[in-house]
Amino acid sequence: MDVAITDPLPWYIAGPLLGLFVPAMLLLTGKEPGVSSSFRHACAALLPSGKPDYFRYDWLKSGLWQILFVVGILLGGTLVQFGLGGAGVPLFLPENLTAAGLALLFVGGVLVGFGTRYADGCTSGHTISGISNLSVPSLIASVCFIVGGSAASLVHRFVFGGLVP
Amino acid sequence: MSTEKKPPTTPWWKYPLWLLLGVGFGAVLTAAQVISVVRVRRMFAFQEAHMFLVIGAAVVTGVISMLLVKALRKSQTDISGEKMEFKERPMQPGIIIGGLTFGIGWYLTAACPGPIYALIGTGTWTAFAILGGALVGTFVYGLVKKSLPH
Repeated sequence: MDVAITDPLPWYIAGPLLGLFVPAMLLLTGKEPGVSSSFRHACAALLPSGKPDYFRYDWLKSGLWQILFVVGILLGGTLVQFGLGGAGVPLFLPENLTAAGLALLFVGGVLVGFGTRYADGCTSGHTISGISNLSVPSLIASVCFIVGGSAASLVHRFVFGGLVP
Repeated sequence: MSTEKKPPTTPWWKYPLWLLLGVGFGAVLTAAQVISVVRVRRMFAFQEAHMFLVIGAAVVTGVISMLLVKALRKSQTDISGEKMEFKERPMQPGIIIGGLTFGIGWYLTAACPGPIYALIGTGTWTAFAILGGALVGTFVYGLVKKSLPH
Protein backbone atom coordinates (compact mmCIF):
# COMPACT_ATOMS: atom_id res chain seq x y z
CA MET A 1 0.00 0.00 0.00
CA ASP A 2 1.32 3.47 -0.80
CA VAL A 3 -0.78 5.15 1.88
CA ALA A 4 1.31 5.60 5.01
CA ILE A 5 -0.03 3.85 8.08
CA THR A 6 0.11 5.82 11.30
CA ASP A 7 -0.49 4.37 14.74
CA PRO A 8 -4.13 3.98 15.75
CA LEU A 9 -5.68 5.37 18.90
CA PRO A 10 -4.09 2.86 21.31
CA TRP A 11 -6.13 -0.18 22.32
CA TYR A 12 -5.91 0.69 26.02
CA ILE A 13 -7.78 3.93 25.33
CA ALA A 14 -10.11 2.83 22.50
CA GLY A 15 -11.16 -0.47 24.11
CA PRO A 16 -12.22 0.94 27.50
CA LEU A 17 -13.98 3.87 25.76
CA LEU A 18 -16.03 1.46 23.62
CA GLY A 19 -16.81 -0.70 26.67
CA LEU A 20 -18.00 2.34 28.63
CA PHE A 21 -20.69 2.97 26.01
CA VAL A 22 -22.66 0.07 27.52
CA PRO A 23 -23.17 1.55 31.03
CA ALA A 24 -23.23 5.12 29.68
CA MET A 25 -26.00 4.42 27.17
CA LEU A 26 -28.02 2.31 29.60
CA LEU A 27 -27.80 4.91 32.37
CA LEU A 28 -28.47 7.91 30.14
CA THR A 29 -30.95 6.47 27.63
CA GLY A 30 -32.02 2.98 28.74
CA LYS A 31 -30.67 1.33 25.55
CA GLU A 32 -27.56 -0.77 25.06
CA PRO A 33 -25.32 -0.19 22.02
CA GLY A 34 -26.30 -2.24 18.99
CA VAL A 35 -26.05 -1.64 15.28
CA SER A 36 -27.24 -4.54 13.13
CA SER A 37 -30.96 -4.16 13.98
CA SER A 38 -30.74 -0.90 12.03
CA PHE A 39 -30.70 -3.04 8.85
CA ARG A 40 -34.05 -4.48 9.88
CA HIS A 41 -35.48 -1.01 10.56
CA ALA A 42 -34.21 0.15 7.15
CA CYS A 43 -35.89 -2.80 5.41
CA ALA A 44 -39.11 -2.23 7.38
CA ALA A 45 -39.07 1.43 6.34
CA LEU A 46 -38.16 0.87 2.67
CA LEU A 47 -40.19 -2.22 1.74
CA PRO A 48 -43.72 -1.81 0.34
CA SER A 49 -46.74 -3.48 1.93
CA GLY A 50 -46.84 -7.22 1.42
CA LYS A 51 -43.41 -7.49 3.06
CA PRO A 52 -42.51 -10.50 5.24
CA ASP A 53 -43.85 -10.48 8.83
CA TYR A 54 -40.33 -9.84 10.14
CA PHE A 55 -40.55 -6.31 8.73
CA ARG A 56 -44.10 -5.52 9.87
CA TYR A 57 -43.77 -3.45 13.04
CA ASP A 58 -43.68 0.19 14.01
CA TRP A 59 -40.05 0.79 13.00
CA LEU A 60 -40.24 4.51 13.74
CA LYS A 61 -41.42 3.91 17.31
CA SER A 62 -39.06 1.07 18.19
CA GLY A 63 -36.16 1.93 15.89
CA LEU A 64 -35.77 5.71 15.78
CA TRP A 65 -33.22 5.71 18.60
CA GLN A 66 -31.06 3.22 16.72
CA ILE A 67 -31.39 5.01 13.40
CA LEU A 68 -30.11 8.18 15.13
CA PHE A 69 -27.29 6.18 16.72
CA VAL A 70 -26.06 4.76 13.39
CA VAL A 71 -26.35 8.15 11.65
CA GLY A 72 -24.18 9.39 14.52
CA ILE A 73 -21.64 6.61 13.84
CA LEU A 74 -21.50 7.73 10.22
CA LEU A 75 -20.89 11.34 11.33
CA GLY A 76 -18.24 10.13 13.79
CA GLY A 77 -16.36 8.65 10.81
CA THR A 78 -16.68 11.99 9.01
CA LEU A 79 -15.46 13.88 12.09
CA VAL A 80 -12.27 11.86 12.44
CA GLN A 81 -11.54 11.60 8.71
CA PHE A 82 -12.01 15.27 7.86
CA GLY A 83 -11.76 17.10 11.18
CA LEU A 84 -9.28 15.25 13.35
CA GLY A 85 -6.49 14.32 11.01
CA GLY A 86 -7.93 11.21 9.35
CA ALA A 87 -8.03 7.51 10.19
CA GLY A 88 -4.34 7.24 9.27
CA VAL A 89 -4.70 3.91 7.51
CA PRO A 90 -6.07 2.68 4.16
CA LEU A 91 -9.81 2.03 4.41
CA PHE A 92 -10.07 -0.01 1.21
CA LEU A 93 -7.77 -1.98 -1.07
CA PRO A 94 -7.18 -1.38 -4.80
CA GLU A 95 -8.76 -4.78 -5.46
CA ASN A 96 -12.06 -3.51 -3.96
CA LEU A 97 -12.40 -1.06 -6.86
CA THR A 98 -12.75 -3.63 -9.65
CA ALA A 99 -16.16 -4.98 -10.66
CA ALA A 100 -15.27 -8.35 -9.12
CA GLY A 101 -14.01 -6.62 -5.97
CA LEU A 102 -17.23 -4.66 -5.55
CA ALA A 103 -19.28 -7.80 -6.18
CA LEU A 104 -17.31 -9.55 -3.45
CA LEU A 105 -17.97 -6.66 -1.03
CA PHE A 106 -21.66 -6.93 -1.88
CA VAL A 107 -21.70 -10.70 -1.31
CA GLY A 108 -19.81 -10.21 1.95
CA GLY A 109 -22.41 -7.61 2.91
CA VAL A 110 -25.19 -10.13 2.26
CA LEU A 111 -23.45 -12.53 4.66
CA VAL A 112 -23.08 -9.74 7.23
CA GLY A 113 -26.77 -8.84 6.99
CA PHE A 114 -28.05 -12.41 7.00
CA GLY A 115 -25.61 -13.61 9.65
CA THR A 116 -26.15 -10.79 12.12
CA ARG A 117 -29.93 -11.09 11.85
CA TYR A 118 -29.89 -14.88 12.28
CA ALA A 119 -27.48 -14.58 15.22
CA ASP A 120 -29.54 -11.60 16.48
CA GLY A 121 -26.57 -9.32 16.96
CA CYS A 122 -23.17 -8.19 15.75
CA THR A 123 -19.90 -7.14 17.35
CA SER A 124 -21.61 -4.32 19.24
CA GLY A 125 -24.83 -6.10 20.24
CA HIS A 126 -23.30 -9.49 21.09
CA THR A 127 -19.60 -8.95 21.81
CA ILE A 128 -19.72 -5.58 23.58
CA SER A 129 -23.27 -5.32 25.01
CA GLY A 130 -24.15 -9.01 25.33
CA ILE A 131 -20.96 -10.21 27.01
CA SER A 132 -21.00 -7.12 29.26
CA ASN A 133 -24.32 -8.43 30.53
CA LEU A 134 -22.84 -11.91 30.98
CA SER A 135 -24.86 -13.51 28.20
CA VAL A 136 -23.47 -16.96 27.34
CA PRO A 137 -25.10 -17.06 23.86
CA SER A 138 -23.40 -13.73 23.12
CA LEU A 139 -20.02 -15.19 24.08
CA ILE A 140 -20.63 -18.21 21.83
CA ALA A 141 -21.74 -15.95 18.96
CA SER A 142 -18.60 -13.82 19.38
CA VAL A 143 -16.35 -16.89 19.22
CA CYS A 144 -18.20 -17.92 16.04
CA PHE A 145 -17.56 -14.47 14.48
CA ILE A 146 -13.82 -14.95 14.99
CA VAL A 147 -13.88 -18.60 13.86
CA GLY A 148 -15.79 -17.70 10.68
CA GLY A 149 -13.47 -14.80 9.89
CA SER A 150 -10.26 -16.73 10.55
CA ALA A 151 -11.49 -19.68 8.47
CA ALA A 152 -12.20 -17.26 5.62
CA SER A 153 -8.71 -15.83 6.08
CA LEU A 154 -7.14 -19.31 5.88
CA VAL A 155 -9.05 -20.14 2.69
CA HIS A 156 -8.21 -16.77 1.15
CA ARG A 157 -4.50 -17.06 1.91
CA PHE A 158 -3.81 -20.73 1.39
CA VAL A 159 -6.31 -21.66 -1.33
CA PHE A 160 -6.50 -18.41 -3.31
CA GLY A 161 -3.03 -17.08 -2.46
CA GLY A 162 -4.39 -13.91 -0.87
CA LEU A 163 -2.02 -11.59 0.96
CA VAL A 164 -2.39 -9.85 4.28
CA PRO A 165 -2.12 -6.07 3.71
CA MET B 1 -60.10 7.56 39.89
CA SER B 2 -57.32 5.61 38.34
CA THR B 3 -54.18 5.26 40.38
CA GLU B 4 -52.39 3.27 37.69
CA LYS B 5 -48.91 4.62 37.07
CA LYS B 6 -48.09 5.25 33.44
CA PRO B 7 -44.62 4.25 32.26
CA PRO B 8 -42.60 7.40 31.56
CA THR B 9 -42.50 8.46 27.92
CA THR B 10 -39.18 9.01 26.22
CA PRO B 11 -38.03 12.59 26.91
CA TRP B 12 -37.11 14.65 23.83
CA TRP B 13 -33.46 15.14 24.81
CA LYS B 14 -32.71 11.47 24.38
CA TYR B 15 -33.00 11.78 20.59
CA PRO B 16 -30.13 14.26 20.08
CA LEU B 17 -28.21 12.33 22.75
CA TRP B 18 -28.44 9.07 20.73
CA LEU B 19 -27.08 10.94 17.73
CA LEU B 20 -24.24 12.36 19.85
CA LEU B 21 -23.43 8.97 21.40
CA GLY B 22 -23.28 7.57 17.88
CA VAL B 23 -20.81 10.27 16.87
CA GLY B 24 -18.60 9.31 19.81
CA PHE B 25 -18.86 5.60 19.06
CA GLY B 26 -18.10 6.12 15.36
CA ALA B 27 -15.20 8.48 16.13
CA VAL B 28 -13.55 5.92 18.42
CA LEU B 29 -14.06 3.10 15.86
CA THR B 30 -12.42 5.26 13.19
CA ALA B 31 -9.58 6.66 15.32
CA ALA B 32 -8.75 3.16 16.58
CA GLN B 33 -8.68 2.03 12.92
CA VAL B 34 -10.94 -0.95 13.60
CA ILE B 35 -12.85 0.07 10.45
CA SER B 36 -9.72 -0.54 8.34
CA VAL B 37 -9.29 -3.52 6.03
CA VAL B 38 -5.62 -3.57 7.05
CA ARG B 39 -6.38 -4.07 10.75
CA VAL B 40 -9.22 -6.55 10.13
CA ARG B 41 -7.20 -8.72 7.73
CA ARG B 42 -4.25 -8.77 10.16
CA MET B 43 -6.58 -9.74 13.01
CA PHE B 44 -8.11 -12.68 11.15
CA ALA B 45 -4.65 -13.86 10.09
CA PHE B 46 -3.56 -13.62 13.75
CA GLN B 47 -0.69 -11.38 12.71
CA GLU B 48 -1.53 -8.36 14.84
CA ALA B 49 -3.00 -8.08 18.33
CA HIS B 50 -4.50 -4.57 18.01
CA MET B 51 -8.08 -5.59 17.14
CA PHE B 52 -8.17 -8.35 19.74
CA LEU B 53 -6.84 -5.97 22.38
CA VAL B 54 -9.43 -3.29 21.52
CA ILE B 55 -12.27 -5.84 21.64
CA GLY B 56 -10.87 -7.52 24.76
CA ALA B 57 -10.42 -4.24 26.63
CA ALA B 58 -13.94 -3.15 25.62
CA VAL B 59 -15.42 -6.41 26.93
CA VAL B 60 -13.50 -6.32 30.23
CA THR B 61 -14.48 -2.69 30.78
CA GLY B 62 -18.10 -3.45 29.88
CA VAL B 63 -18.33 -6.46 32.20
CA ILE B 64 -16.82 -4.65 35.21
CA SER B 65 -18.76 -1.44 34.72
CA MET B 66 -22.06 -3.30 34.24
CA LEU B 67 -21.48 -5.35 37.41
CA LEU B 68 -21.08 -2.01 39.21
CA VAL B 69 -24.15 -0.49 37.56
CA LYS B 70 -26.30 -3.50 38.47
CA ALA B 71 -25.02 -3.51 42.06
CA LEU B 72 -25.40 0.23 42.63
CA ARG B 73 -28.57 0.95 40.70
CA LYS B 74 -31.09 -1.61 41.89
CA SER B 75 -34.01 0.17 40.22
CA GLN B 76 -32.51 -0.75 36.81
CA THR B 77 -33.86 2.49 35.39
CA ASP B 78 -32.02 5.19 33.49
CA ILE B 79 -31.77 8.81 34.66
CA SER B 80 -35.21 9.63 33.19
CA GLY B 81 -36.88 6.73 35.02
CA GLU B 82 -37.30 4.49 31.96
CA LYS B 83 -36.37 0.83 32.38
CA MET B 84 -32.95 -0.22 31.12
CA GLU B 85 -33.58 -2.57 28.21
CA PHE B 86 -31.41 -5.66 28.29
CA LYS B 87 -31.95 -7.47 25.01
CA GLU B 88 -32.55 -11.18 25.57
CA ARG B 89 -30.76 -13.32 23.05
CA PRO B 90 -31.56 -16.96 23.81
CA MET B 91 -29.37 -19.85 22.66
CA GLN B 92 -30.57 -21.11 19.27
CA PRO B 93 -28.90 -22.53 16.12
CA GLY B 94 -28.66 -19.03 14.63
CA ILE B 95 -26.14 -18.03 17.29
CA ILE B 96 -23.70 -20.48 15.71
CA ILE B 97 -24.80 -20.60 12.05
CA GLY B 98 -25.49 -16.87 11.88
CA GLY B 99 -22.35 -16.13 13.89
CA LEU B 100 -20.12 -18.10 11.48
CA THR B 101 -21.88 -16.56 8.46
CA PHE B 102 -21.34 -13.07 9.81
CA GLY B 103 -17.68 -13.90 10.55
CA ILE B 104 -17.08 -14.84 6.90
CA GLY B 105 -18.87 -11.67 5.80
CA TRP B 106 -16.79 -9.62 8.24
CA TYR B 107 -13.62 -11.02 6.64
CA LEU B 108 -14.80 -10.42 3.06
CA THR B 109 -15.95 -6.86 3.72
CA ALA B 110 -13.53 -6.05 6.55
CA ALA B 111 -16.48 -4.29 8.16
CA CYS B 112 -18.86 -5.30 10.90
CA PRO B 113 -22.10 -3.27 11.01
CA GLY B 114 -20.85 -0.26 13.02
CA PRO B 115 -17.83 0.26 10.75
CA ILE B 116 -20.03 0.03 7.61
CA TYR B 117 -21.65 3.31 8.67
CA ALA B 118 -18.38 4.85 9.86
CA LEU B 119 -16.74 3.95 6.52
CA ILE B 120 -19.50 5.69 4.59
CA GLY B 121 -18.90 8.71 6.82
CA THR B 122 -15.22 8.75 5.89
CA GLY B 123 -16.18 8.95 2.23
CA THR B 124 -15.17 5.36 1.49
CA TRP B 125 -17.81 4.89 -1.19
CA THR B 126 -17.12 1.17 -1.61
CA ALA B 127 -18.94 0.76 1.74
CA PHE B 128 -22.23 1.44 -0.09
CA ALA B 129 -21.76 -1.94 -1.78
CA ILE B 130 -21.41 -3.53 1.69
CA LEU B 131 -24.45 -1.69 3.07
CA GLY B 132 -26.53 -2.66 0.02
CA GLY B 133 -25.50 -6.27 0.53
CA ALA B 134 -26.31 -6.10 4.24
CA LEU B 135 -29.83 -4.84 3.50
CA VAL B 136 -30.35 -7.61 0.93
CA GLY B 137 -29.03 -10.18 3.43
CA THR B 138 -31.41 -8.85 6.06
CA PHE B 139 -34.30 -9.04 3.59
CA VAL B 140 -33.39 -12.64 2.70
CA TYR B 141 -33.35 -13.51 6.41
CA GLY B 142 -36.81 -11.99 6.87
CA LEU B 143 -38.02 -13.94 3.83
CA VAL B 144 -36.79 -17.37 4.96
CA LYS B 145 -36.91 -16.85 8.77
CA LYS B 146 -39.83 -19.24 9.27
CA SER B 147 -38.07 -22.14 7.57
CA LEU B 148 -34.83 -21.74 9.54
CA PRO B 149 -34.24 -23.58 12.82
CA HIS B 150 -34.50 -21.18 15.78
